[in-house]
Amino acid sequence: MNMHAQPQRTLAETALIDAFGERLSQLPGDGAVMVKRDDAIEAIKNGLPTRRVESWHYTDLRRLLTSVPAFEAGAVAKALAPVLEGSAVLPVLNGVSQTKLPEVEGVTVQRLSEKLTDGSVAPGLDPYGDDDAIGALNTAFVADGYFVDIAGGVELEKPIEFQNLQAGGQSHVRLLARIGAGAKAIIVERQAGEASEDGEALVSSVSQLVVGDGAQVTWLIVQEQQDTATHLAQFKAHIGKDAKLTVFVMNAGGKLVRQEVVVRTTGEGADFKLRGINLLAGDTHTDTTMVLDHAVPHTTSTEVIRNVVTGKARGVFQGRINVHQYAQKTNAKMACNTLLLSDDGEFSTKPELEIFADDVVCGHGATVTEIDHNHLFYLMARGIDEKSARGLLVKAFVAEVIEELDDEALVEALEERLDGWFSTHG
Amino acid sequence: MLEIRNLHARIVDDGTEIIRGLNLTVKAGEVAAIMGPNGSGKSTLSYILAGREDYEVTEGDILYNGQSILEMDPAERATAGIFLAFQYPMEIPGVATMEFLKVAMNEQRKARGEEPLKVPEFLKRVKEAAASLSMDMNMLKRPLNVGFSGGEKKRAEILQMKLLEPKLCVLDETDSGLDIDALKIVSDGVNALRSPERAIVVITHYQRLLEHIVPDTVHVLYKGQVIKSGNKSLALDLEANGYAGVIGEAA
Repeated sequence: MNMHAQPQRTLAETALIDAFGERLSQLPGDGAVMVKRDDAIEAIKNGLPTRRVESWHYTDLRRLLTSVPAFEAGAVAKALAPVLEGSAVLPVLNGVSQTKLPEVEGVTVQRLSEKLTDGSVAPGLDPYGDDDAIGALNTAFVADGYFVDIAGGVELEKPIEFQNLQAGGQSHVRLLARIGAGAKAIIVERQAGEASEDGEALVSSVSQLVVGDGAQVTWLIVQEQQDTATHLAQFKAHIGKDAKLTVFVMNAGGKLVRQEVVVRTTGEGADFKLRGINLLAGDTHTDTTMVLDHAVPHTTSTEVIRNVVTGKARGVFQGRINVHQYAQKTNAKMACNTLLLSDDGEFSTKPELEIFADDVVCGHGATVTEIDHNHLFYLMARGIDEKSARGLLVKAFVAEVIEELDDEALVEALEERLDGWFSTHG
Repeated sequence: MLEIRNLHARIVDDGTEIIRGLNLTVKAGEVAAIMGPNGSGKSTLSYILAGREDYEVTEGDILYNGQSILEMDPAERATAGIFLAFQYPMEIPGVATMEFLKVAMNEQRKARGEEPLKVPEFLKRVKEAAASLSMDMNMLKRPLNVGFSGGEKKRAEILQMKLLEPKLCVLDETDSGLDIDALKIVSDGVNALRSPERAIVVITHYQRLLEHIVPDTVHVLYKGQVIKSGNKSLALDLEANGYAGVIGEAA
């Protein structure tokens, strides 16, 4: 993935390569899968991406990934109560899927280890580009996860919650989801960890989604890792004709975090919404990177990212929108707003529009602000003390994005997560 | 209740002196009107009373029930019972109006050592206050003041005032942006709060509001000073003859 030969491997690179050698015999996969794994580890042998690789400029993975924990066979994570009450929960505990799973009508669930063993997922293991370090890391090591197939026309009454939970060590998990034509679903992707003995954890998680024609999907990524964990995640989706996909990302934890969102509209009338809130505290480095391809005519998208930066936290949002030559009448709007609450915090925003069609509407905007003193004065003039007033305003800044989701249960559940974060970091 | 003594104040940013030796006393139970031409310092005075940091008091004092409030921040002043109805209420996206009302009421109760309101009691109070101001409860489901018309914002200010039950109410140009019907509703709302324990300071350009909220005293503010005080007939005189006469007298 890195065109420059590295002079010397870092500790992390060496640890990953050694771990691959040790794990290889335990990794599921037929011949085709094992070839993909070999290709992937070769890419890692060429070096993790540095700031000289454009898409990793603000997250120099080679420098930031300072150590890699060993696999911990004994680590045990416990399933959590779902974000939305009544959800069907699919837990992956320390990288291992479960056999006892809830049954949902119209939904077929299979353990990913089986699909790796029979090789049926091999084509999906390819990286999406030569800078796809997360894809490579995951492909090399992925051992389990789920394949979720929602039949056409099925309207799920309750959400499905996929839980990727770790208790230290390494886990590499993949979730595949296929939403049939005209189906409707809310899917929660929960990424969290328990405090472990040495505190270290390395998680890679890749989700691949195909949204069938006319289907409507809301996908919530709720990332609340321990503040010692490295979390490298990727969400990839194809959106079919007249289908709607809303992806909501909440980053509220982790030491080194990168969440990639890679989306392509594949049918006319497809609509994509990305909404994100990054709640950054301590010395986290949290990167949200989106690559969106408007690949066919008449497709629409909006992206709104709101960031709260405290302490020594650093945040990154990269939003790249590619409008292909034939993708006329594309309508795309992107905004990234940051509330910077400390002198030591920082946030980098990089919007990129590459437009090859000539009849499109595309726009982007970015702001970095502090708390509005007029607003603060107004609230205080009603007897709300300064600390509470600041809290209300900061929460309001991100709650606006949540309220846009237009589903009361969802909004309430997410605001509860938000309150949880503010009560420990406010 | 309120005693302003030889107050001098300036804008922090550029040092411009706005209030230049202002004296004013308002007793409990009194409704005092402050009138004056544009730029006389009326709104500045209201902000200084509420504790806005953009202004710095360089001389004099403001006593509230005999105690200086100059060292108190806006929240402390509010919990002590001082309320400013803003000329231009802020729109605050993302803060739900009901949530805001609940937090404000309970923070003030907490500061006074009272228990927080239970939800049914809170809702009852808001409903009653909203009904008395002909406000639709649906409006209160929106973010604070966002998308409210000028008149709705002013009503929302009076609603807050009713719910927070302050001791000293300062109304900054509450009549601006109101049509006749809204003016009547808002004035009735203010009049309902008149009581022997409460003082109300009404800042206005025009006599019109004072037909509805009849003041006990009228004070003319000019170049940061009270240049003339009188009873309600002074307001009528100003309406008939303009500020020029009074300003000429004082000069």
